Amino acid sequence: MVPQLILVTAFTLYPIVMTHVYSLFEWPGFGPLDRFVGLRNYTRILADELFWNAFQKSFIFMAGTVALQLPLALLIAILLNSERLYGRNVYRTLFFIPVVTTSAVIGIVMRSIFASHDGLVNNGLQLLGLIDRPIRWLAQGDTAMIALILVASWKWLGIKMIMWLAGLQSLPVELYDAAKVDGASFWQTFRHITVPLLVPVGVVVLLFSMVDALTAFDLIFTMTEGGPGFATEFMELYIYRYAFTSFAGGLPQLGYASAAGVFFGVTVFLISLVLSLLARRASQVRR
Amino acid sequence: MRLRTLLRQLPVQVVLAVVALIWIYPFIWMVSSSFKTNREFLSRGLELLPEQFRTENYVRAWEVANFSQYFQNSVIVTVSTVVIVVVISALTGYALARVQFPGKRPLIVLYAATLFIPKGYTIIPVYQLIRELGLLNTLPGLILAEAGAAPVLFALLFMAHFSGIPKELDEAAELDGATFGQTFIHVMLPLAKPMIATTVVLQFMWTWNSFFTPLVLTLNNPDLRTLTVGLYAFVGEYNTDWTGLTAAALISIVPVLVLFLALQRYFIAGLTGSVKS
Repeated sequence: MVPQLILVTAFTLYPIVMTHVYSLFEWPGFGPLDRFVGLRNYTRILADELFWNAFQKSFIFMAGTVALQLPLALLIAILLNSERLYGRNVYRTLFFIPVVTTSAVIGIVMRSIFASHDGLVNNGLQLLGLIDRPIRWLAQGDTAMIALILVASWKWLGIKMIMWLAGLQSLPVELYDAAKVDGASFWQTFRHITVPLLVPVGVVVLLFSMVDALTAFDLIFTMTEGGPGFATEFMELYIYRYAFTSFAGGLPQLGYASAAGVFFGVTVFLISLVLSLLARRASQVRR
Repeated sequence: MRLRTLLRQLPVQVVLAVVALIWIYPFIWMVSSSFKTNREFLSRGLELLPEQFRTENYVRAWEVANFSQYFQNSVIVTVSTVVIVVVISALTGYALARVQFPGKRPLIVLYAATLFIPKGYTIIPVYQLIRELGLLNTLPGLILAEAGAAPVLFALLFMAHFSGIPKELDEAAELDGATFGQTFIHVMLPLAKPMIATTVVLQFMWTWNSFFTPLVLTLNNPDLRTLTVGLYAFVGEYNTDWTGLTAAALISIVPVLVLFLALQRYFIAGLTGSVKS
């Protein structure tokens, strides 16, 4: 108990408090913490175009991955939920494999797979006759974003599938039997029984997907490094750049980076809070 | 009868098989590329079978690109972190489930709230803390940072697990003269085996795959790189060695993949369990 308290205090609670403290100082990360600047880091953030660019890009990425993953994962989960389906465990394993593999490694390998010249994706698309000329995936802002959304959705779909499956398995079987007796079609059953009953699970899946996408770092950092330009520089990369590199005028700016971290952290926390409340309400309505 | 079921499933089976193939194709492609030469890789990228299976890419990654060192670092960091996290979170979970003390409920709520804090939010002070402890660019520093960030979730899961075990068991052990510690080790831990397995596999996966923390904490010492950071550096140093890269990438992901395939049900139990809580 005591070592746990020390660890949690030192590595979770203390950092949360200290991030707020740092955010009020101008500080390169070494030397005395004595240049108190009040809220100036925050006003600088709010005036920084690149900050808002990162903020917006984070949300575009999040919207893209959520819109792609949630329905597809649900569809696969419904197919795999049938007990008579041959090989359901094998399929489940295959869809889950990308989840356990290392994001940073996947990001690096995907650079090669999405390469303009003779990349696997371009070669495949050309072979199928879908494109005439290779797409320069990671050299243009929009296609780099699309590539990231595709790879992230591919990688983390498995976990959403497992969550949906857990939800599907908790639904009362009697309702489905009753629907069958009443002669409801697959679509009617889906529309009037499955969907309404799955709403509480859906909110939880949504919450996890959003937070995961908003805080993704490894995959993006290794695959595009935020580029080309700042086209895929999401919030976590923006913070990293100011905190640990000498990109912005010589010294790292830990105070400034902390302020950006606090602003973004609070945003993510508020979103989680609202969605958790929604999840709780949805599951109460069901009872 | 079985044949008829199979026939009726045929459309679904075809769709699932195609999607599943797309899903694992990148890995098949990685394995295939890792046995090719770089020239072959560029000229015949779409062909899956190499002209002949060469292991020289693996040898090059392991010896020349220092992946033997990175592998060793990853193993040390991951195993130490897993051991620390299992011990601490099992003990804390047990204490939270059995011992009454003032401020217990607020403490649990505070614990739970920290689960929602994004990592970028805390990495700067953690970095500072490790630096002030004089552990920057050392393996113990890295282990401490990895272990420190984790045990809250598992402590809560252990708490839920131990709360479900009837108190009569503890009391019986006490009647037999067992101390609190003995009860924990001989009665409670054996009952918590599935929870321990879940903690081990999930924590192993997280630490093994961790990139941000080791990147930041080993920026100035290449000898301490873990596999993930090492692979990232590899791209910068040997940027045209595509097949060496795929071999190195496979060296990095195979251990966690094997662990997953062997202990799949604990992965899935753990992940659905943490979602529910």
